[in-house]
Amino acid sequence: MTAQTSVQNPLPFFVKDCVLSTISTGEHAGNLIEFRDKLLTIHEGCIYHHFWGGHLRPMFIDPEYQNDFAVWAHRALHDNILAERLGIIDPTQFRSQDDLRGAVIEVVENRLDESEEINNLKINAHFYFVRSKIIIFTTPVQINTPLDLIKIVPFMSTHSIFYHFIDARRRSNEEWDDFSLWLQSYGNEFQELISQIRSVDPYFFTLPQLKKELIKVVQKYFISES
Amino acid sequence: MNDILQEYKTVVGEGVIQQLHQIASALKGIRIVHVNSTAQGGGVAEILQKLVPLSQALGLEVEWKVMKGDADFFKCTKSFHNALQGSQKTPDSYLLRKYEEVNAINAEELRPCLEEAGMVFIHDQQPAALIKYCPSRKGKWIWRCHVDASRPNRHVWKYLRDYIVKYDASVFSLDEFTQKLPHPIYLVPPSIDPLSEKNIELPADEIASIYQRFNLDPARPMILQVSRYDQFKDPLGVIKAYRLAKRFKPGLQLVLAGSGAADDPEGDTMLHIVQDDAKDDPDIHVLSFSFDTNRIINALQRAADIVLQKSTKEGFGLTVTEALWKGKPVIGGNVGGIRLQVVDHHTGFLVNTPEGAANRIRYLLQHPDRRESIGETGRQFVKENFLITRHLLDYMALMVTLIRPEDNSIEFK
Repeated sequence: MTAQTSVQNPLPFFVKDCVLSTISTGEHAGNLIEFRDKLLTIHEGCIYHHFWGGHLRPMFIDPEYQNDFAVWAHRALHDNILAERLGIIDPTQFRSQDDLRGAVIEVVENRLDESEEINNLKINAHFYFVRSKIIIFTTPVQINTPLDLIKIVPFMSTHSIFYHFIDARRRSNEEWDDFSLWLQSYGNEFQELISQIRSVDPYFFTLPQLKKELIKVVQKYFISES
Repeated sequence: MNDILQEYKTVVGEGVIQQLHQIASALKGIRIVHVNSTAQGGGVAEILQKLVPLSQALGLEVEWKVMKGDADFFKCTKSFHNALQGSQKTPDSYLLRKYEEVNAINAEELRPCLEEAGMVFIHDQQPAALIKYCPSRKGKWIWRCHVDASRPNRHVWKYLRDYIVKYDASVFSLDEFTQKLPHPIYLVPPSIDPLSEKNIELPADEIASIYQRFNLDPARPMILQVSRYDQFKDPLGVIKAYRLAKRFKPGLQLVLAGSGAADDPEGDTMLHIVQDDAKDDPDIHVLSFSFDTNRIINALQRAADIVLQKSTKEGFGLTVTEALWKGKPVIGGNVGGIRLQVVDHHTGFLVNTPEGAANRIRYLLQHPDRRESIGETGRQFVKENFLITRHLLDYMALMVTLIRPEDNSIEFK
């Protein structure tokens, strides 16, 4: 979080930006059994990266499935049953990356139990396990009052949105975004806005869409207030 | 602000420049050295030509060293280059001895600089063995692989791997290009420089002058492939695609434009094969340039209606990035880094055969509005993902994480 929680004197919201440094594990899976086996031991950073890192990768198409595992099941394995089951796993519902890993493994093992044959993929269709480290930058921008969100959010980079809205969830004990945590420092005054921001599900938006959604929520709140 | 940074700011925006400054502040006082095998020609030299001054403008202490080699050395390293991309031809023991000798000789000259440096980036296979001859290394050494090494010739990979395992980290362009190695493997796609002669905006009359210079008809459509004359760039496949498409667009013209690189001794052989294949058709223009032709390539890319990169193997395909930056739809081979850049119906089309390429040529020639919208999308895509500023940021992030290997999250205040 970027501000202290004090009703009397809330601090400004300091806007930060970030990049991911992407690291290959050298591990890849060419069929579903290999995939399950690698999942059991792969670095936990891979679990985070393949659920969230896709937001920061170049892409055009609105993702049909919301994480890399589901996309692979769909595009490479052509197993839409598996893709749908993996796609619905919501990473925000798990307390740790290991719990999330367990949920993925369970879905895969169930699918293995149902499968009569295991298809081997060409090397260029393998699943490659990647993890990342996050580099965080300060910016000269700060949001002094909640009303300033209207002015500042439209000019925030998508990486900044990623940092404050997505990555924030693994930094705070409450597992919420930085915006709503900062608004809490105003006591109950912005409870409705907090609730609306928290109702935005980051998992189903690309970053530009997520930014638009946040702008919409903030604008709607302050316009209706005025 | 330094002039060069001011120029980039006009293209990428102030936020990116601020990020570069912040991360550079963590690397002040660390001497960084890049080593490759050619000062001009080829994608690596092009990247370093701007990456180094840009790094220096941020206050980093950066040097670029070019190793020297003879014909046998480059014959061997070209053979490595092909073998890393799957060719089964293995250099003989004489050539391998030359490779080691040349690296040892270069190490004599470079050792004081390299052993004292805080970070050493060794680009590709040519200087990879330098590490063996620099035993008292003080800094971190990083091997940067610019090619698709996903399915290498195992004999050659085993030979090179013995050197590469000595490095502290390696860098590949894509996850699917990597090999298992006992150190961190970073993923950094390459980039283009929007302010270089090859990519800068050109006046309309300069673009128009290209038609007369190369005997092209501006009233007829023109398709272009820019690449070295190399079997993996499939220039013969491009000619076949052109011939298939020309049946439906009789006025079609094809330009194949290639510049040589000092470390590519096979280029002439392939050029002669291509010239022979094209000799009976006056609408096929096979151009071979010496080094200083960046503005000509730039003008050709801007004059083209469609750009092809029908490679059958490709590291990343910077010519694709260049064409996208100029707002051209690209028809690319469904391989390597081309797949990261060419997205069907968004920035161009991926194809697997000359027939597939011919189909897409016909489609795009028939739909000028689609050419325009695809081109615009491609330019924005490159701006966001494949400019040199992003590349430098990735390298600096890599260095910072190597200095602080335990931290998964590194914050600059």
